[in-house]
Amino acid sequence: MNWIIDAYHWCATNFPTLTMAISLLLFPLLPVIIAVAMYVWWERKIIGWMHVRMGPNKVGPFGLAQTFADVFKLLFKEIVYPTSANKKLFLLAPLWALVPSLAAWAVIPIGPHQAWSDANAGLLFLLAMTSMGVYGIILAGWASNSRYAMLGAMRSAAQVVSYEIAMGFSLVGVLVLAGSLNLSEIVNAQAGRFGLFSWFWLPLLPMFVIYFVSGVAETNRSPFDVAEGESEIVAGFHVEYAGAPFAVFFLTEYANMILISFLAPILFLGGWLSPFPASWGILGAPGWWWLIAKAFFFATVYLWFRASFPRYRYDQIMRLGWKVFIPIALAWVFVAGCLKYAGLAGADV
Amino acid sequence: MNRVIGYLKSLLLLELCAGLALTFKYLWRPKYTVRYPMEHLPKSNRFRGLHALRRYPNGEERCIACKLCEAVCPALAITIDSAPRAEDGERRTTRYEIDLFKCIFCGFCEESCPVDSIVETAVHEYHFEKRGENIMTKSKLLAIGDRFEKDIAAARAQDAAYR
Repeated sequence: MNWIIDAYHWCATNFPTLTMAISLLLFPLLPVIIAVAMYVWWERKIIGWMHVRMGPNKVGPFGLAQTFADVFKLLFKEIVYPTSANKKLFLLAPLWALVPSLAAWAVIPIGPHQAWSDANAGLLFLLAMTSMGVYGIILAGWASNSRYAMLGAMRSAAQVVSYEIAMGFSLVGVLVLAGSLNLSEIVNAQAGRFGLFSWFWLPLLPMFVIYFVSGVAETNRSPFDVAEGESEIVAGFHVEYAGAPFAVFFLTEYANMILISFLAPILFLGGWLSPFPASWGILGAPGWWWLIAKAFFFATVYLWFRASFPRYRYDQIMRLGWKVFIPIALAWVFVAGCLKYAGLAGADV
Repeated sequence: MNRVIGYLKSLLLLELCAGLALTFKYLWRPKYTVRYPMEHLPKSNRFRGLHALRRYPNGEERCIACKLCEAVCPALAITIDSAPRAEDGERRTTRYEIDLFKCIFCGFCEESCPVDSIVETAVHEYHFEKRGENIMTKSKLLAIGDRFEKDIAAARAQDAAYR
């Protein structure tokens, strides 16, 4: 790894702008786009299998190239501007949604302190970025000059804002136990002597569930996808979008899902730590592959939810967020504090 | 008390987990999908597909221009003209046309035919590339009959006991 870092530093001192542009293209843009393409394929496969169908299997081996075919179709399509839509805002909206969701990848570590930015306030940055994305959605609904889009944007905004609170509180539990906002430090704090059982999922079990369910709600995914609500508001905030801007919204949604799937293991399941004892050789060694495997699991759970559950009614979503998740999360912040104080959980256990 | 138990149950997400378990079980089921162009489902011997006019084994066409099919056709898709044949004066069709855009594949023509001449074959994969190709002329129908005679005869033989 060292020669890569040396080469990077040499380039960064001599051609700073070019290096910045290329490295941003290489990470996170390119891997995220490819991951999203694979994820969309996997979604269609998994949901197909759960419906006792096969899913895409014609384009490329196992249908793997299906998403690329769809993406290129979208990119070649005409961009339709609704009458009296604000053109600038209309085009700004998908970018506003996409940029924060890509920016959030800057602080995701794939190993101890191996991130673009090993920021001390990484978690705070993440929260900020994930909440920025909702402005893109609101903007899209507003700029489209369409009632459906407006309703979708309103729903989405209300939902994301409500669930952000529950999510924030479940992260407070992690902070209490880890004693740091740095994501690498949070993972390192989970490396206790009980291996798998030192990870934060056990002392913070309700928060772990709340975090993931809130994550599903935050990304406007089924069963909380009322912002799209095909049956009543057609497609929600992106109803007026076609072609490339729509593809950008699509990309954003899936990039956010993958982001949440990466955060869940980092915060609660020991990130790159191995679930097996260190004496098991390669299986017990920590590494980025564990992080990927855990993230893959959560990403699949997302799709599993979508294949299993019908959509929540809107007032039920709000009830769940405000009257169930927030009280439980608040109570568990106290429990987490007690556990930490009693020395039963946290960085030194 | 019941309310408390119900509350605890919903808090443990028992029903949601049961739902997830069900879909997980379905994940591993063998799939129902038929990969259509590569795989075909078996067809009934009564399948009503593309029409054909049959011949007797000696090569004589069966149709005697009784026009029963034309009369029974609910979609008025069949048009028949007839005249005595030049060689032997037998009553034959000079024109036998089925408009496939009108045809509803009800099979009445097949049922009404006293000599088993007009039949519907099991062919369902066909297309038209030009205007007017939807009109199946007598020569086209006879050609289809010649081509699929073996299959047509086999399907009729299988169904003979019920006719």
